[in-house]
Amino acid sequence: MSKHRIKSVALEDDYADDYYDDDDQSGYVEDVGMTAEDQERLRVGTVQVRNTLGQGFASITDKEIQDALWHYYYDISKSVSYLKNKHTPSQSKQEKTRPAKAGSQLAAQVHHQAVKEPNIHHLLPSTAKDFFWDSPWLNIPLHRQAEIRVEPVFPRLGLLGGSSTGEGKMSKIAALAAKRRLKEKENEKQRVADTHTSGLPEDTASGLSKLRIATSHTLYPHKEHPLSSRHDLQSTSRIDQTQEPPPKGDALPPSREQGKDKRTEDSHQPNGSQSGANVADMRANPSMFARTLMISCNTAWPLSSRPPTLLPEPVISSFDFLKPSPDDIVLKAQNFKGSKTSTSSKQQKPAKAKESIINSMENLSVVEPETIKSKNLDVLAEYKKVERKNAANFVVIGHVDSGKSTLMGRLLFDLKAIDERTMEQYKEEAEKMGRGSFAFAWVLDQGTEERARGVTIDIASHKFQTERTSFTILDAPGHRDFVPSMIGGASQADFAVLVIDASPSEFEAGLRGQTKEHALLVRSMGVARIVVAVNKMDRTDWSKERFQDIQQQMLAFLTTAGFKSENISFVPCSGLQGDNILTRSRAPQAAWYNGPTLVEELDTSEPVNHALEKPLRMTLDDAFYDSVQNPFSVSGRIEAGSLQVGDQIVVMPSGIKTFIRSIRVDDEPSDWAVAGQNVILSLSITEADFDQINIGNMLCNPAFPVENVSSFTAKVLAFDHLMPMPLDVHKGRLHIPGRISRLAAVLNKIDDSVVKKKPQVVHPGSVARIVVELDEPAPIEAGRIILRANGETVAAGHLE
Amino acid sequence: MRLVKRHIEPDGSGSVTLYPEEPEDMVGASKVFFCAILTDALQWHAHNLIRPSDLLTASAIRRVTSESASTGSTSSHRVHVNLTIRVKSLDFDPQAGQLHVSGRVARENKHTKIGQHHTLDLELNRNFTLTKEVEGKDGEQGWDSVAKEQLEEATNPQKKAEIVAVVMEEGLANICFVTQYQTLLRQKVTMRVTRKRDGAKRSAKHDKGLEKFFKTVLDTLLRQVEGLIEQTEEAKTIPILLASPGFTAAGFLRYASERAFATSEKLLQSLVKRKAFIVVHSSAGHLYSLNQVLKSPEVRVKLKDTKYARETRLMNDFFEMLRKDDGRAWYGPKEVEAAVEEGAVGRGGGKLIITNSLFRNQDVATRRRWVRLVDRVRKESGGDVRILSSDHESGKRLEGLGGIAAILTYPIVDLGDPEEEQVAVVNGNDPP
Repeated sequence: MSKHRIKSVALEDDYADDYYDDDDQSGYVEDVGMTAEDQERLRVGTVQVRNTLGQGFASITDKEIQDALWHYYYDISKSVSYLKNKHTPSQSKQEKTRPAKAGSQLAAQVHHQAVKEPNIHHLLPSTAKDFFWDSPWLNIPLHRQAEIRVEPVFPRLGLLGGSSTGEGKMSKIAALAAKRRLKEKENEKQRVADTHTSGLPEDTASGLSKLRIATSHTLYPHKEHPLSSRHDLQSTSRIDQTQEPPPKGDALPPSREQGKDKRTEDSHQPNGSQSGANVADMRANPSMFARTLMISCNTAWPLSSRPPTLLPEPVISSFDFLKPSPDDIVLKAQNFKGSKTSTSSKQQKPAKAKESIINSMENLSVVEPETIKSKNLDVLAEYKKVERKNAANFVVIGHVDSGKSTLMGRLLFDLKAIDERTMEQYKEEAEKMGRGSFAFAWVLDQGTEERARGVTIDIASHKFQTERTSFTILDAPGHRDFVPSMIGGASQADFAVLVIDASPSEFEAGLRGQTKEHALLVRSMGVARIVVAVNKMDRTDWSKERFQDIQQQMLAFLTTAGFKSENISFVPCSGLQGDNILTRSRAPQAAWYNGPTLVEELDTSEPVNHALEKPLRMTLDDAFYDSVQNPFSVSGRIEAGSLQVGDQIVVMPSGIKTFIRSIRVDDEPSDWAVAGQNVILSLSITEADFDQINIGNMLCNPAFPVENVSSFTAKVLAFDHLMPMPLDVHKGRLHIPGRISRLAAVLNKIDDSVVKKKPQVVHPGSVARIVVELDEPAPIEAGRIILRANGETVAAGHLE
Repeated sequence: MRLVKRHIEPDGSGSVTLYPEEPEDMVGASKVFFCAILTDALQWHAHNLIRPSDLLTASAIRRVTSESASTGSTSSHRVHVNLTIRVKSLDFDPQAGQLHVSGRVARENKHTKIGQHHTLDLELNRNFTLTKEVEGKDGEQGWDSVAKEQLEEATNPQKKAEIVAVVMEEGLANICFVTQYQTLLRQKVTMRVTRKRDGAKRSAKHDKGLEKFFKTVLDTLLRQVEGLIEQTEEAKTIPILLASPGFTAAGFLRYASERAFATSEKLLQSLVKRKAFIVVHSSAGHLYSLNQVLKSPEVRVKLKDTKYARETRLMNDFFEMLRKDDGRAWYGPKEVEAAVEEGAVGRGGGKLIITNSLFRNQDVATRRRWVRLVDRVRKESGGDVRILSSDHESGKRLEGLGGIAAILTYPIVDLGDPEEEQVAVVNGNDPP
């Protein structure tokens, strides 16, 4: 908990009879972010408090106790005294201390008294004048005004990064400025009040209903909430204010409070039962704000003189604020606010105050005493709320020099994901190096070595959008030496585009080479759908026979590899010429093809469901120094779960714990991200720790980390002879040496029954259970693995 | 190592006095620094020869504490003595290049009593005597056939053939020394190299990271080579293999050449000048890929007809036969013993392949088990026995198979009882 919370705790000590406002609401929200440890402590604490309180306080609910505990950091004695104070029916004391309340709190007080102690009505002032006798915005004597000036209208923008609501002395200049502002404000007040009066609708019922919403949501101050201490100072300053009757409808302070409360409300989901009580209560007693306004706009009908119970029923039932999510509340509140301020256009201070409160709320952490504050969003709810385009990653695979990069470069260019100028530049550079035909490939082959050699070495990713879907290309290298990085890319893919060189004899060469290996690999990694782009059709003069020949052979091969025939599609195209990629080929020889173009084919991809509910898992693709602001960044695709700014994460196998400072989803800043999204996270981590983070490491939720294992049993399909031998274990980006230590059994392919125990050697094509020992422990859990030895894929399977 | 005295009885008991020395051609000025410690090869031989419960006599420095009879005050001083200990354990650290033999004093002298503990460090150019005893049928076997073979090997002067190999990929480099007896991983360099990212100039980070990685690897490599040259003059001519998938090794060579021109590092310049760097292909940067490196023609020429090359060839043959699964290649202690029992490892191609680490076992009975197996194949069946160095890549592959394998004369379809749950790992296997 941040220091804000501590301050508010101290305040609670001072005003021990402070009203229980929406604590239970905040408690409710905190439950969401509560760790199991917290909950356990709460449970134990509740029992202890109950014991200490004894029978006399049996009426106190568990919730209240827990809230008290939460706010006192499980300090039993403090919680008990707080609860005792709160529940002791010492009206006299309350009466005595109530004048010492901030005027803004009075409304809440009134409101809650009504909730908790219905019999207190007779104690309330019955006229508006009486009611507002201690209001702070009334005729404030001059000697008091100076004190009000120091209220945190603006966020204190400490150069040294102090929190905006932090306590601290104002500089002289700031104080002077505040003084000036306040004077202006004083002048404004009157004007505002005037415009306000005229601006409000005449229809009382609708006016009332609007007020209802405002009051019910936002008007009640939340004393326990981490409003700045200066705010409370200001409150105390109001205490001794003269008891003169209020001037008409000064809406300024309430709206200021409103801003604060709005923000407070934002971060807390309304509790159903509590708000129900609020509704009932509202009927009994309109808020002070409402009264004030009503008086100011419709003096003919003094609200305070009306019995509260006579308020029209429909109005009350209309403000059901349970439904909207916290964000909706924000929007609503902001809209309301906006409409209010629009009536008083010069009222800029409340807006600023709001900003400061936004900042302070953003800095508010409910989970960790760290510099990064979690917004404690319900990420899944956020995710479901927004209607978005389908997102899909696809990996581009195929034999070396089949034109994968060129095809994708062309695709990006045609879709205007690359601007003309950049393309021109690439062309120029490529010409200069004598590789004119590589210009499109350079869109993805950014590496110096890659360009010099004209070969893709590492996975390149690039984004583009079609009308239906937002795609991420993972352009894999085709060369056999770089199969490890191809595996890394394919592990992030939802489907695959297999590029085949249709030119004479190249297809056959490819089929023997990486065409086959890649297709097998992506299938073993769980990719179910494959689009076969038969490239370089221009070299075959768009021969239909050639295309059909390739189609037949590939279909036969891919179905044996385990792809379902309905998940295989073929597109004849030419990456260099751009035929059948975005637009249909204009070549007359290609007229025989009237199927979809490559982009159309891609667009038919169905969205893939990801394990959003599972604990966070993300294999790191890369770790790099990004920028001065966010030096330590890692990137990857979230495999399972979700994360948000401020979350604690642990990096396995090193076990380094760190916090997420910021998130970028597809290069756009975001507060959260879920499984399936490609993210760049910036971490709050020391450089020494960051240097230990390596590509292929696993990022997890600290509560459910991946175990480091040094050996595992796997069920694999052998592509080559398996015997106890050293090999590479690939799991996504992870790529580590190990060895088969034992061949446990050869299994029946259909029912997994043991065919032969302890075989000496496992033959290609058979399924076996093997034990793999790793040279060094690594974060491997259930999932698909690829085993390679001496540059060949020898087996693929999954952990048992 | 020079044989000074050899006295072995027909039953196998007896002693051998050895004089550890480097071959003549290795005398160099830098030898001064290393005179005390045995070189890698000598250590390797000593490690194979000396077994637990042998008697080892060597010169030692021992701290002796004497108590004055009258006052009870003590004084200690160091004395040079010839100590005989009964070996209890050997501590061989190939990376640090040290061999410690610890045991208890077996012969009393002026300064030591029987039963006191001592750890001997064998030194270059100082005789040591190794005595093996025979204790009945089930006890020590003395100088058995395996030990005699190893003695012969140790005293047979062979030209050293050494290679430095750097097996690397982006972000990982293993610097190894390959001698004919062992493969030493001298240093492993790991460093994260940022990947290329899309967008303009993003690959600059990758290039920078790669260069930093190359720099670290080259610095480490030069340090290691420097140490090697100090040890033996011959190191000045050894080749340095750079192996990697893709273009990493080539990139590294380019970096090294550029740096040789740009700076005035003498060692690097001389290496580049004599074209010491040879780029070969490997499928990964992990240590086991060394296997592929050593198959390369460059290495084969260099290590032709060395023990190492024969071992590698043998293992490759064995794995090839295993792939065929024609029933002639078997591995695992139980299976191989069963095959030997049937006499399948005999004349006409039968080969028993066994790692020398099995003979280093602490347990006498286990050691005897393997020695008897070897003798049986040799004398009764007439098969070939190859003892592989466990410190070599081929030996490591063999250890993966349980340390023992056999190529049979005739195929056997099923050996042993597959239902029996026996892990194919030798008990008490004592790898260095």
